[in-house]
Amino acid sequence: MSAPTTTPQAGTRDIPPAARPRPSQAGGGPSNRLRAWVTRAPLLPALVFMIVVTQLPFVATLVVSLFDWNALYPEARSFSGFANYAEVLGDAELRDSVVTTVLLTATVVLVSLVLGLLLALLLDRTFKGRGVVRTLLIAPFLLVPVAAALLWKHVLYNPEYGLLNGMLTWLFGDDAPQPDWVAEMPLGAVEVALIWQWTPFMMLILLAGLQSRPADAIEAARIDGAGAWQIFRYLTLPHLRRYLELGALLGSIYIVQNFDAVFTITSGGLGTANLPYTIYQTFYQGHEYGLASAAGVLVVIGSLIIATLALRVVSSLFREEARS
Amino acid sequence: MSATAAIAAPRKVRRRNAVLGLLAWVCGIVFVLPMVWMVLTSLHSESDAATNPPSLAAPLTLDGYREFFGVGGGASPWPPLANSLTASVVSTLCVLVLALPAAYALSIRPVRKWTDVLFFFLSTKMLPVVAGLLPIYLFAKNTGFLDNIWLLVILYTSMNLPIAVWMMQSFLAEVPTALIEAAQMDGARLPTVLTRVVAPVAAPGIAATALICFIFSWNEMLFARVLTGVVAETAPVFLTTFITSQGLFLAKVCAASLVISLPVLAAGFAAQDKLVQGLSLGAVK
Repeated sequence: MSAPTTTPQAGTRDIPPAARPRPSQAGGGPSNRLRAWVTRAPLLPALVFMIVVTQLPFVATLVVSLFDWNALYPEARSFSGFANYAEVLGDAELRDSVVTTVLLTATVVLVSLVLGLLLALLLDRTFKGRGVVRTLLIAPFLLVPVAAALLWKHVLYNPEYGLLNGMLTWLFGDDAPQPDWVAEMPLGAVEVALIWQWTPFMMLILLAGLQSRPADAIEAARIDGAGAWQIFRYLTLPHLRRYLELGALLGSIYIVQNFDAVFTITSGGLGTANLPYTIYQTFYQGHEYGLASAAGVLVVIGSLIIATLALRVVSSLFREEARS
Repeated sequence: MSATAAIAAPRKVRRRNAVLGLLAWVCGIVFVLPMVWMVLTSLHSESDAATNPPSLAAPLTLDGYREFFGVGGGASPWPPLANSLTASVVSTLCVLVLALPAAYALSIRPVRKWTDVLFFFLSTKMLPVVAGLLPIYLFAKNTGFLDNIWLLVILYTSMNLPIAVWMMQSFLAEVPTALIEAAQMDGARLPTVLTRVVAPVAAPGIAATALICFIFSWNEMLFARVLTGVVAETAPVFLTTFITSQGLFLAKVCAASLVISLPVLAAGFAAQDKLVQGLSLGAVK
């Protein structure tokens, strides 16, 4: 720590621009490189840490994926080239989990985006208790994911004493239908629980988008006689484009990786095993290290492709719409 | 527009606003209903909690909470809660210590190609966690770090660092440069500039970043489940013991879920205004 002269108050002194030190003015040949390193220095700890903790394991995964390695038979470990990849791609269970992942992610993201948009539109107006309603709506997002999944599994979906069937009994009396929600629509059960948690997230992003709308353009359109639908379609929606994209992308990134809800509600049974769950299963219970790694590598490639594609498709879609 | 329409419009608008306001209230209540039910169930006795139709007016009791805290025997939740607290708080502190200088080098005095660096951080967030899990597990197993809370501290730091760098980058960009240059003219070096000048000005943003990192660490379950056991078990892993529970346990599971979610609810509501900015990695202000 240097001299105590550097208190925040020191900064409030007004300094004429000419007196400010300019890096370019002080520039000298060899000291430039030193200066570049001085500039970079604060970044390095974080960068090195990230590379070591997130990139090295991935390289290790790549290496392991080339080995035939089952932890229960460690002496049988051998180099097998791309055999694991062939096995993963030919494995029906893994292919199913790819489909499940896509279905789960697409459903949850789209439904919570639409619901989030409707809620954001409702909240983007003044009414009594607006702050309270906003807080109520955020609450589901602030439950620990495992806790939220347990709530749905045991307290709401339970066929004998869950709230859903209890409400059916209230409404229709003793001979009301009492479906076993998780058994009859396993993927839907997981999806509804996730939509409940992620709608607030979408709503928050879209609400921020709505509130950054230029008010004068909307006022001008209204004076020119534009109806509510026209304003929404030609002013609000194009403005929200960036926010919808962002919500969809971030939602996809988080939900593709979802493990907690699948693990808790169905334990991956009944055709709900998504990729993270299947890989977890392959390595943690199947002890097939090589296979799990190959699947992991494929997931990484897949999610990189999806992330890149999604960005492009969505932005071009909206550009076309804006033109028509 | 005719004269009558112009006069009638405000009343119509007012009525429409009232209806939409009511609708917003209904939506809010529908969304929070499962949680309200959870609170109510946690306060019922086990036999009242498991009835069909639900018993709304059953007498309230704290038995569910007593049961959860292990008063009647059974596993105590305190060690997992303490583990979660350690992992979340320490990793959040580590994140701040690493992210603050990094954000400085990406906003106030940006390095060359600083956007590339920023996107490198983001890309690590897109790597599925599960793809790196096995090597980390093997590393931990071979170095004796399995079931050790400090391993989770390191992993949670790496999990939250990209988010924190993105958030702080956008917060620090708002710190007036004149302030920093003045301090540097007075001979202050980087650590002093960061702690004495930048941090106080960006304090609300830094606090929000910390709260969001805390939430993500507290919620994390996959790493914790694979890498910890009896000793370093965290609160979400403790909750997973309820997945296959049989018999009467609804009040207890509700009490457990609520208590374990309480820190997240508190942190989330405290950071409410900055929540979006944090979750969207600083992209939405």
